Amino acid sequence: MRLKLVPQGTNWDFFSRPKLWLGISAALMVAAFVSFMLQGLNYGIDFRGGTTIRTESAQTIDVGQYRDALAPLELGDVVISEVFDPTFDEDQNVAMIRIQAQDGQESVTADVIAAVQEALKTVTPDIKFVSVESVGPKVSGELIQTAAIAVVLAIGAVLIYIWLRFEWQFALGAVAALVHDVILTIGIFSELQIKFDLAIIAALLTIVGYSLNDTVVVFDRVRENLMKFKKRPLREVLNLSINETLSRTFMTSVTTLLALIALFVLGGDVIRGFVFAMIWGVIVGTYSSIFVASTVLLVLGVKRDWSKTDPENTGNQFGNVDA
Amino acid sequence: MLQIDLWKRVLIWVLCAAGLVMALPNAFYTRVEGANDAVAAIEVRGETPELTEQAGQWPSFLPSSLVNLGLDLRGGAHLLAEVQVEDVYESRIKALWPDVRDVLRPERDTVGTIRRQPSPADELHVKISNPENMARAIEVVRGLAQPVVSVTSAGEQDLDVSAEGDTLIVTLSEAERRATDDRTVQQSLEIIRRRIDEVGTREPTIQRQGADRILIQVPGLGSAQELKDIIGTTAQLTFQPVVSRTSDENAEPGIGNEVLPSLDEEGLYYILEETPVVTGEELVDAQPAFDQNGRPAVNFRFNPSGARKFGDYTAENIGNPFAIVLDSEVISAPVIQSHIPGGSGIITGNFTVEESTNLAVLLRAGALPAGLNFLEERTIGPELGQDSIDAGKVATIVAFAAVLVFMGLSYGLFGLFANVALIINICLIFGLLSAIGGTLTLPGIAGIVLTVGMAVDANVLVFERIREELRTAKGPARAIELGYEKALSAIVDANITTFITAVILFAMGSGPVRGFAITLGLGILTSVFTAIFVTRLMIVIWFERRRPKTIEV
Repeated sequence: MRLKLVPQGTNWDFFSRPKLWLGISAALMVAAFVSFMLQGLNYGIDFRGGTTIRTESAQTIDVGQYRDALAPLELGDVVISEVFDPTFDEDQNVAMIRIQAQDGQESVTADVIAAVQEALKTVTPDIKFVSVESVGPKVSGELIQTAAIAVVLAIGAVLIYIWLRFEWQFALGAVAALVHDVILTIGIFSELQIKFDLAIIAALLTIVGYSLNDTVVVFDRVRENLMKFKKRPLREVLNLSINETLSRTFMTSVTTLLALIALFVLGGDVIRGFVFAMIWGVIVGTYSSIFVASTVLLVLGVKRDWSKTDPENTGNQFGNVDA
Repeated sequence: MLQIDLWKRVLIWVLCAAGLVMALPNAFYTRVEGANDAVAAIEVRGETPELTEQAGQWPSFLPSSLVNLGLDLRGGAHLLAEVQVEDVYESRIKALWPDVRDVLRPERDTVGTIRRQPSPADELHVKISNPENMARAIEVVRGLAQPVVSVTSAGEQDLDVSAEGDTLIVTLSEAERRATDDRTVQQSLEIIRRRIDEVGTREPTIQRQGADRILIQVPGLGSAQELKDIIGTTAQLTFQPVVSRTSDENAEPGIGNEVLPSLDEEGLYYILEETPVVTGEELVDAQPAFDQNGRPAVNFRFNPSGARKFGDYTAENIGNPFAIVLDSEVISAPVIQSHIPGGSGIITGNFTVEESTNLAVLLRAGALPAGLNFLEERTIGPELGQDSIDAGKVATIVAFAAVLVFMGLSYGLFGLFANVALIINICLIFGLLSAIGGTLTLPGIAGIVLTVGMAVDANVLVFERIREELRTAKGPARAIELGYEKALSAIVDANITTFITAVILFAMGSGPVRGFAITLGLGILTSVFTAIFVTRLMIVIWFERRRPKTIEV
């Protein structure tokens, strides 16, 4: 007996309400954008400069006490938060302290860090500083720029590749899905105020890769079916293609999600944000390759004169139709 | 029909076996690491019984390259430094004034009196009293310019000379600045490298980044501050005439003199002439040694011009003390006993053997040509790294198990084939990572877990296709063949697009993110290989043996 996520030979209509799906996507994108404009992202020090200190102690952490200890140092914006994680030992109490970039200082001062460590030691004598990271404003500015360029480059490169392999309508459909995924991911990071750092950019690019992977598999089938069924309306061909690949789409999404969820639960708090971005990306990416990419393709229409057909296979393939 | 040439079969198995063997050392990480260290130590310091035993822990006929662990997993210090290249312009311009003065002096009849004016640090301003003959002054000063030593700006001069009213302005030309910048950064890089190598930590990364930056990563170091101390020690050595000794820190030294503390003796200060006789820049060599009383000391040797200056000075000042000054502290102030020709000498002081060795290193390495500005510093404690490794391991195993079970449930026997391929796949990733000396970071582990999830995709594509083909009842052999054939274009397109993003991520990213790009990219390559070749080969072999009339995928 086999486990089947999707019943065999489905014939669901994915385009009965194209306006509804595009509408939902558009509304979500607008919501993401508004959230981004209103709240902005919770940038980590990679992108805004400053210092983060991760502390560990056997003694329990009192954030208020930490704050009081650091107040006399007048460091400006200091954020102190306790970190909880199922992977921690019982007597492992972890806190993250983020200190804003100090005015007028490009490089990071050892004095400030030493003063902070000294102050915290008076509160919790057994405290350990397991990581201390400082980024100057000059570098962080450049990192934002590089990150933005990387995302744009990736989308651009993919646009060109799909354009070369398929037709420009396919490329536009795929990129619409990508932009959709990236915007929704940024939106959820802004809405939930999860720390947005360099690793998240890596996650964004992976989402770009994953979403594409999905879209390309559907498109590949669309291309094949367009050659097979020259007279069928585009809508039917798209529907058929999505249905045929549906089982694979779900299988891959589920295996990927299984792996990611394991990492999310057990991988520790350091990369949890990163993994969260990818889980979200897989879900959004799967949705978008069906409902956004294909719908855009349907709206744009495709040129149907596929001159190079394979005469040897054509006969066989016509016999294959059973959907 | 379902045929794979024998040579292809052999090649596929050989590649898999090679991957497994290359990945093997990582399963015994600490043991192999210890053995590798011992082998390296034997090369440097010769054989000792303990080292030989340690080196024997891992047989030498097996590959011994390991996956490098990134700083976030191993713990250590990371610094991004900006070399303040402008420092060098300033000293160049300062050194220019005597030359400019010397060439303008014989022209006094035409250009009139010359006087240096206050100016920005990277410009030299000279006022002449006959501005109508400025053209002549410019011509003379231009004669000082030298061609720029650099490949890209051949034929250009190193100085720009211009005039503003009665003021002559000399600056370094754009081409010379670029050439100087490049030299300064190269030199700083070399010096930093030598200093860190001397401390002898494992696998430091010291790289130039962009025009004027240097990235330094040293695993296993306690803090970024410690790293700064190692590279920040300037070791400016000078030999200065001694005026007198005092115990008063605030003594008035007089014009052209300075007060410097003694290194060893608390409360003792020397008043020295500011202009050194010779500086450490003229040193060509320094070695740890012992003086005639058997105490640790440092031997040094000057270049010819330094030797001449040192020789002349010692000849003229027999019986006077002179001070050996290191980074504004007087190491010792011996009395000159005799003329010292030949330009070599010995520095004695209250050194331990270790100190004298360090001092020799610092003197040999020379002072950094320009200041460093630290833009980014990170310290990761080894505990945090270990926690991340542990968490990563558990997560990878669980992810792996979940995917294996799921695939087995969904595709039965074919799922098992895919699972074997997946295991080979992970080994191949580790094998390749070790072979290319790639670095595994925490996001890199995430990349592997993601690969575990996505690697089955190519197999899923094929299996789903085979299922479809089976429905049209063409017989199992034909269905398998068609399944592979038709799924190929989707597999290739889907993976190339993901690979493109991995390449961009690798090119634009740094540190941990780059580690992610590497594992993701390698994962794509190996998963396509295992899906298209390894799983297929397994299916074909199974099919040949059993010749089933029907198959269930």
